[in-house]
Amino acid sequence: MLAFQILIDGFAVSALYALGATGFTLIFGVSGVLNLSHGAIMVLAAVAAWAAASVFHVNTYAGALIGVAVALVAAFATYFAVVQPIQKSTRIPNEEKEIFVLTGTLLWGIMIQELIAYFFTNNAKTVLPIVEGVVDILGVRTPRNEIFTAIVCWFVIAMLWLLVNRTRTGKAVLAASMNPRGVTLLGLELRNIYIVVWAIYGILAGIAGVLLGMFLGVSSYSVGPLTASAFSIVVLGGLGSVSGSLIAAFVVGYLETVTAYLISPAYRTIPALLLLVAVMYVRPQGLLGRR
Amino acid sequence: MKKAFRPPFFRSLPGLLGATALGLFAMSAQVMAADPIKIGVIAEAQAIAGASIPQAAQMAADEINAKGGVDGRKIEIITYDNHSSSADSVRAFQRAVNEDKVNIVIASYISEVVLALEPWASRLKTPFITPGAASNEISKSVHNDYERNKYTFHGYLTSAALAQSVCDAAKELLVDQKHMKSAVIMSEDAAWTKPLDVGYEECLPKIGLKVLDHIRFSPDTTDFTPIFNKIEGAKPDVMITGISHVGVQPTVQWKNQQVPIPMFGISSQATNSTFGKDTNEASEGVLYQGVSGPNVPVTEKSVPFTQAFKAKFGNYPSYCGYTAYDEVYYIADAVKRAGSTEADKLVDALEKTDWVGTIGRVQFYGKDDQFTHSLKYGKGLITGLMLQWQNGVQVAVWPPEIAKATLKFPSFIKVTSN
Repeated sequence: MLAFQILIDGFAVSALYALGATGFTLIFGVSGVLNLSHGAIMVLAAVAAWAAASVFHVNTYAGALIGVAVALVAAFATYFAVVQPIQKSTRIPNEEKEIFVLTGTLLWGIMIQELIAYFFTNNAKTVLPIVEGVVDILGVRTPRNEIFTAIVCWFVIAMLWLLVNRTRTGKAVLAASMNPRGVTLLGLELRNIYIVVWAIYGILAGIAGVLLGMFLGVSSYSVGPLTASAFSIVVLGGLGSVSGSLIAAFVVGYLETVTAYLISPAYRTIPALLLLVAVMYVRPQGLLGRR
Repeated sequence: MKKAFRPPFFRSLPGLLGATALGLFAMSAQVMAADPIKIGVIAEAQAIAGASIPQAAQMAADEINAKGGVDGRKIEIITYDNHSSSADSVRAFQRAVNEDKVNIVIASYISEVVLALEPWASRLKTPFITPGAASNEISKSVHNDYERNKYTFHGYLTSAALAQSVCDAAKELLVDQKHMKSAVIMSEDAAWTKPLDVGYEECLPKIGLKVLDHIRFSPDTTDFTPIFNKIEGAKPDVMITGISHVGVQPTVQWKNQQVPIPMFGISSQATNSTFGKDTNEASEGVLYQGVSGPNVPVTEKSVPFTQAFKAKFGNYPSYCGYTAYDEVYYIADAVKRAGSTEADKLVDALEKTDWVGTIGRVQFYGKDDQFTHSLKYGKGLITGLMLQWQNGVQVAVWPPEIAKATLKFPSFIKVTSN
């Protein structure tokens, strides 16, 4: 009974982590940007979906779409207002640009976080689930919304796989992540590829944020922990490796769930962080990292 | 060459003297008018529960000022957002006293914050009242070192009194009416819940509710599934809550997961009327202890206050909105009685407070009581009430004298007597 409970809950949480981390790792893989405003963009999506539904009274689907759209806008804003000016700057030495991007996106995330707290309080917000009610799976009373969350996550990840492996744009993105210079030599504009990647990222982070808002709820306090969890999943899986991130998301998701059920919910995140430290010692490039 | 300008008025000595006299008169009038009673309000302006504190304090000040103030002195509210942080609150307190020269401070609903401010009230010798923190330690410190800590007033019930209030309500509503027999205590790990849980553990068995388990969880918990799972495993008739930092997430997950056990106890966020919207109406059926509530005539002042608050801010106040509103009034009353804003005189006057506010009759325990400077609890003073979210609004279900509704639960709740 408890085992099934852990299996089912862990699956939903892990699927959500996987979706959240995929966009994060994709951006790094293609453009070398570690976007530390990731958590803020996810929370922004959820809060926008909540506000659309409860303040402006649109229906649940429209609310969810608005949430994703807001995340897309925020992703572009991150790229055009924060990342690109740093990358283009002639006054910042090239070797320092990465650290500038890291700091820039971190500050940008804090700004978004403070704005959310200012306008919508720092208390948690929950997005109205698209499907309500519960079903009995193997004796475990499971909210339909939890199943819905897992299905949507996997559907979106599958779509992403198709996009990357079966379309021309996707192949260009994949190529750019392997060899940016080669892509430029083939006559593809690297800048356009970056825009596509940030668009994909915005949509993924938006969907993950809205689903998280439906499943557990978010507050402005979630910004840091969400960025940290995406960061540790991606480092664990290997920076830039999408499949590594998927595996790592499930490792972390289940480790947390098992801890919460068998030890105490208070220690939920500790074993995953210890694992991260251990991996850093033994295999610094992560589970499936190339570098 | 420039010609010095000389107003014709000053051309004669009597004129000059007259002007000086006039000037002096105008200055003293200015001093009178520019000498307001300054109240610093340090609050969690970004939190559901704390947002009502500055709003309600300002409302009370506006009302008093509209009627001419206190002996001609206006009340000025100076607000500081503490971002729910103790460090920010201490800085705000220092600034309020040293730079903005406030006479008294109203601050915070978080016990950790209030406990951090208490020594500063002593050091800076500035009277200080909390509208919403509950930890017993706040007023115990006043009792233990009265001369030093007498500047702190606990303008809300102690955790011990809150536990008693919950048990008093549970006896009639759950044990007598619904024949419930067992409970699990579920509380967040914070300073205010430690004495609360001690109170629960002591009084629940006395009223006939056996405590099957006691779960304390971290206030930054986001996934409550394992907690509800554990509670359900113990098969209690009711969960007795002690939550304030969390509220939205456990409530929404309780509803989404259809946990069939009612929630009853302290749930600070549920006291604000925005809670329904914040939880997408998952609040339905939640039972929470309050000191007052929307449209509940605890005293003749309660309903007019909630109506005016709603008209001004669009929502009904949280629990600490009521207390903050009353505090500004009884501070004004104390200043009037003391005839001064001097700290020690103000403390003496506040100790003699006997003020019927929106939450009942406010009096403070004395120097020899265990909880010095905390609100007196009991019939004829403040008893608290039990409210329930029903059809999107908060209604009183206890005590019977003011209750307008009976208990009603969403369909997924299995109440033992049903």
